[in-house]
Amino acid sequence: MSGTQTTYNDKVVRQFAVMTVIWGIVGMLVGVIIAAQLVWPELNFGPWLHFGRLRPLHTNAVIFAFGGCALFATSYWCVQRTSHARLWGGPLVPFTFWGWQLIIVLAAVTLPLGFTSGKEYAELEWPIDILITLVWVSYALVFFGTLVKRTVSHIYVANWFFGAFIIAVALLHLVNSAAVPVSLTKSYSAYSGVQDAMVQWWYGHNAVGFFLTAGFLGMMYYFVPKQAGRPVYSYRLSVVHFWALIFTYMWAGPHHLHYTALPDWTQSVGMIFSLILLAPSWGGMINGIMTLSGAWHKLRDDPILKFLITSLSFYGMSTFEGPMMSIKTVNALSHYTDWTVGHVHSGALGWVAMVSIGSIYYLLPRLFGKKEMYSTALVTTHFWIATIGTVLYIASMWIAGVMQGLMWRAVNADGTLAYSFVESVKGSYPFWAIRWLGGVLFLFGMLIMAYNMFKTIAGGKTQDIPVPAPAGHHA
Amino acid sequence: MDINDLRSIVTVAGLVCFLAIAAWAYGKGSKKGFDEAANLPFAGDDEEGVAPARHTGAEIKESK
Repeated sequence: MSGTQTTYNDKVVRQFAVMTVIWGIVGMLVGVIIAAQLVWPELNFGPWLHFGRLRPLHTNAVIFAFGGCALFATSYWCVQRTSHARLWGGPLVPFTFWGWQLIIVLAAVTLPLGFTSGKEYAELEWPIDILITLVWVSYALVFFGTLVKRTVSHIYVANWFFGAFIIAVALLHLVNSAAVPVSLTKSYSAYSGVQDAMVQWWYGHNAVGFFLTAGFLGMMYYFVPKQAGRPVYSYRLSVVHFWALIFTYMWAGPHHLHYTALPDWTQSVGMIFSLILLAPSWGGMINGIMTLSGAWHKLRDDPILKFLITSLSFYGMSTFEGPMMSIKTVNALSHYTDWTVGHVHSGALGWVAMVSIGSIYYLLPRLFGKKEMYSTALVTTHFWIATIGTVLYIASMWIAGVMQGLMWRAVNADGTLAYSFVESVKGSYPFWAIRWLGGVLFLFGMLIMAYNMFKTIAGGKTQDIPVPAPAGHHA
Repeated sequence: MDINDLRSIVTVAGLVCFLAIAAWAYGKGSKKGFDEAANLPFAGDDEEGVAPARHTGAEIKESK
């Protein structure tokens, strides 16, 4: 290694990795608070800390702050390591970090104050939307700029997933956030009526498909092979997996609008594409899990692999559950109940959070000049607490959701409703308490992670790692 | 031509395009390149040994 070699830009990865843990704790704490508010309504203090204001804060914090920082950290690491190139973009790189943090802080201030455009997962008002656009375009420039200057011939499959995630989110954000501002803090959607609903759920479902799936599949395709120490089970399958997801996901949105004013045929198209999605989803899951074939013993004492492989199991579960729930007759029971909430958290806690946690545990020691985390035993503890928390959460929401669906549709012989709404609320009580407990456990796991992280950072030396010289035989 | 004819053509073209990608991915010609690409996470590794390629000996030579 010569002294003049360029080095990887790991500073920005360090920043995003640490903030992933911090924002994870913040976002999950807000989740625990709103879960407690459903059990103990006295906890709704004033307008600022009311459930209706805190709920979008929770979703924005866990998706865009926790998940977003994890995606930035892992994509910046992966694209450099598999392209043998330092991040392109100079000042754009720190701008993506500080810009994204500013957006998160602005969200944390404006949402409790009640500034909202009222679009689920896109609540932030138009000045913040413009800032998001600027940061996102910079992110795209940095990511694709780095791919352009790569010194290897191939673009590794994980980067295809990260790249698709970046492009799709840009498209979704621009189309769904189109609005007419009437003041600095208030705007109205550019669409109206059922078109507005369709645009919103085209956005909403693809936020799940590209922000919460494609990006995290990029993580899977890099960190599972790395931690398992062997290449992905089938690269061919990964290529077909990628294109199948890309061709299918964009059409599944209407399943959020079954039995609404949306035309019936559109609902059916959404349902059919949702059912087709099962194939690429499971293809990807099998590809990730089978990467361990012949090395299953590693799962026994490597808690990072436990996180990664368990996340894929939850991914398989929720991508089976999703298509099933998109069937109109099943949806007639499940929609508007806690079953949906359970389904979302099966994906959010079990898949998105666990694959992120596993990947960040992989990164932290490497980012701070250590061989491994301060305590591997604490990583194992975190794994079990998080898994038990997730299972408690999902199981309680399944029971509550199916119960609510059955109670709401039950009719007496004369056609009147058998139960009043508040009776279903009363019946849900114990399950909401169990859900809160599951959330507390998951949050507690994140606190253990933060302790482990700061202990790992303490006394660690950050060093610049050189980019390997281009290999001679590459075109 | 009606706009709906165009929509139908685009849908069919999308399917044909996907099937072509699948055929290409599982064809013989792509194997060597895929094996190289699959080993990219292990090429030029700075911390641990390079994992053996699962399929062939086509792992990327390091220039260390």
